[in-house]
Amino acid sequence: MFDKSLKELASSLASKDFSSVELTQAYLDRAKELNTSINAFVTIDEEQSLAQARSADQKIAQGNIQALTGIPIAHKDIWCAKGWMTTCGSKMLQNFKAPYNAHIIDRFNTAGSIIQGKTNMDEFAMGSSNETSFFGHVKNPWDSSRVPGGSSGGSAAAVAARMTPAATGTDTGGSIRQPAALCGISGLKPTYGLVSRYGMIAFASSLDQGGPMARSAEDLAILTEVMVDYDMRDSTSLKRDPVNYSANLETSIAGIKIGLPKEYFSDEVSPDVQKAVASAIGEYKKLGAEIVDVSLPTSPLSVAAYYVIAPAEASSNLSRFDGVRYGHRAKEYKDLNEMYAKTRAEGFGAEVKRRILIGTYVLSHGYYDAYYIKAQKIRRLISQDFAQAFEKCDLILSPTAPGTAFGIGEKASDPVQMYLSDIFTIAANLAGLPAMSIPCGLDDANLPIGLQLIGNYFDEARMLNAAHMYQKATDWHLKQAPLK
Amino acid sequence: MSLEKKDVQRAALLARIEITETEANETFEQLGKVFDLIEQMKIINTDDIAPMAHAQDISTRLRDDVVTEKDRHEEFQEVAPATERGLYLVPKVIE
Repeated sequence: MFDKSLKELASSLASKDFSSVELTQAYLDRAKELNTSINAFVTIDEEQSLAQARSADQKIAQGNIQALTGIPIAHKDIWCAKGWMTTCGSKMLQNFKAPYNAHIIDRFNTAGSIIQGKTNMDEFAMGSSNETSFFGHVKNPWDSSRVPGGSSGGSAAAVAARMTPAATGTDTGGSIRQPAALCGISGLKPTYGLVSRYGMIAFASSLDQGGPMARSAEDLAILTEVMVDYDMRDSTSLKRDPVNYSANLETSIAGIKIGLPKEYFSDEVSPDVQKAVASAIGEYKKLGAEIVDVSLPTSPLSVAAYYVIAPAEASSNLSRFDGVRYGHRAKEYKDLNEMYAKTRAEGFGAEVKRRILIGTYVLSHGYYDAYYIKAQKIRRLISQDFAQAFEKCDLILSPTAPGTAFGIGEKASDPVQMYLSDIFTIAANLAGLPAMSIPCGLDDANLPIGLQLIGNYFDEARMLNAAHMYQKATDWHLKQAPLK
Repeated sequence: MSLEKKDVQRAALLARIEITETEANETFEQLGKVFDLIEQMKIINTDDIAPMAHAQDISTRLRDDVVTEKDRHEEFQEVAPATERGLYLVPKVIE
C-alpha cells in the first residue's frame, strides 16, 4: 500500500481492499519508525488521526466518498489545524495549539482526508535546508548526512520516504520546489492568490503561497483541486471558476513551446544537473515540444531583491510574536519593553532574528528608498521579463536548484551561500507565477535532481499536463530513496 | 552606504529583540555579507520604473460593514501566556 498513488488508494478504499483505519495505522507506524532517523514529523497524534479515519470508514460504508476520503495527508507545521500543535518550527510556538483551522485544512477535511501529522520545517519557513528548525534537522532520506532542502523539508522527506502518501507545503522563495528537488518528489507552487493564506502563519505575505507535494504530477493535480479555492478571509484570495486540474493530464503536448532562459543555464549549475536537465529537454522534444530560447535579464538580481522584500515583510509579520496573545513569554522582565525584547530574544532562532533585523533596517528612516523601493522596482523588472518571455513560449524550463542535496552543516555558517541555493526559484515568487519541480535524474552520488517548470498566471493545468506526460515517458519520479 | 555595528543595535532596539554585545558583533559580521549581496541591486538603473509591491494589480477588496466573527475570545485566550477576566495581562505601563 506504500507504493499506491492517491487515485489507487481511493479506489482500494472504495473497493474495501483495506479500511482507512488500516491505511492510516500503517502509515502512522511507518512514519513513527522512520521518524527516529529522518525527523520529518514534529507532531504525530495517532488518536486524532485514527478518529478521523474511523469517521472516514463510516462515510465509505455509506457511499459518501469525496476525492480524498480516508487518505492520510501530512501538513507542514505552518498551517493551523484546530486541536493540533502548530509550531512553525519555532520555540516561540512550541506550546501553541491552534484554536482554528486554516482554510486549506477545512478544504482537506471536506475532501475527506486524514491529518496524518505535522511536518518539520525551517523556523517560520526561513531557510533552505531545514537546519533552522527548533525541533532539529530533517535528514534527507536519500543520504542521512545531507539536508532535505527547505523550508518544507519535513514534507518533502516524508513523501520521499513514503512516510505519508502526500503532503502540503508553502513556498515563499522556493520552499516547496527546492526541497521537492532535493528529495526527488514533485511539488507545485500555484499562482499567487489561488490558495488561501488564512491560517497559514505568515512569513512574507506578498510572496507566500501554499501548495501540494507528492510523488507525481497526477497526485499533485488531485491535491491542487482541493487546495485552490476562493476564501473571503484572505484579502488576496482570487475568485475564479474552479478548474479540474486532472482533466487534461493526458493531452498531447506536441507543439507546446518550452522556453529555456539562458540566465538559468550558467556555470553555477553543477555538471550532473546540467546533464539531467539537458536530457529532460531531449525528452520534451521527443514528446513534440518546440524548444525556444528566452531571456530573463533581471533574474540574476532576484536573490538580492528577495532578501530585501521578504525580510521587510517578515519584520512586520513577526511583530505579532510579543508574548502577549500567544506563544512564548520570557519568565523575568521588569517592564513591558523588556518583556517584548526578552521574549523575542528567547523565542526566535538566529536566522529568524537575522531576517527581522534586515527587514527592520531596510524599512527604517533613510534606507527605505535605497533598499525597499529599489527592490520593488527590480521586482517589477523581473515580472516584465517573464511577461516578455511568455510572448515567445508556453512554459519556462530550468533546473530547480544549481546542485543536489548538500551536507548538513555545509552552508549553515554562511547565510549568503544558503540563500543562493534558491537562485532559480525566487523569481517566480516575486512575479507571483506558478512554478513546479519534478524529478529528472540522479547525480553521481545517487541524489535526486529537480526540473523546474514555470508557467504563465493560472496555467497550472498546462504545467501539470506537461509534467505528467514527462512522467509517463520517464521513471525518475518512481525512483525510491534507498531506505531499509 | 555601509552597515555599521550601531545599525544592528538600533535595528534590534526597533525590532524589540534583546541583543548582547557578542551577538551584535556576530550579527554585524553576517549581515555585512548579506548586504554585499543586496548592494548588487545598484548595478541597474531603475529611475523610471514603478515599484511593484505585490504580485497582483488589484485594489483591496471591500465588504459590507457587518459583524462576521463570532465571539471566540475564550478559545483564543486559552493559548495566551496570561489572562484574567477576558483580558490579556501585561506589565503595568502607566503608574
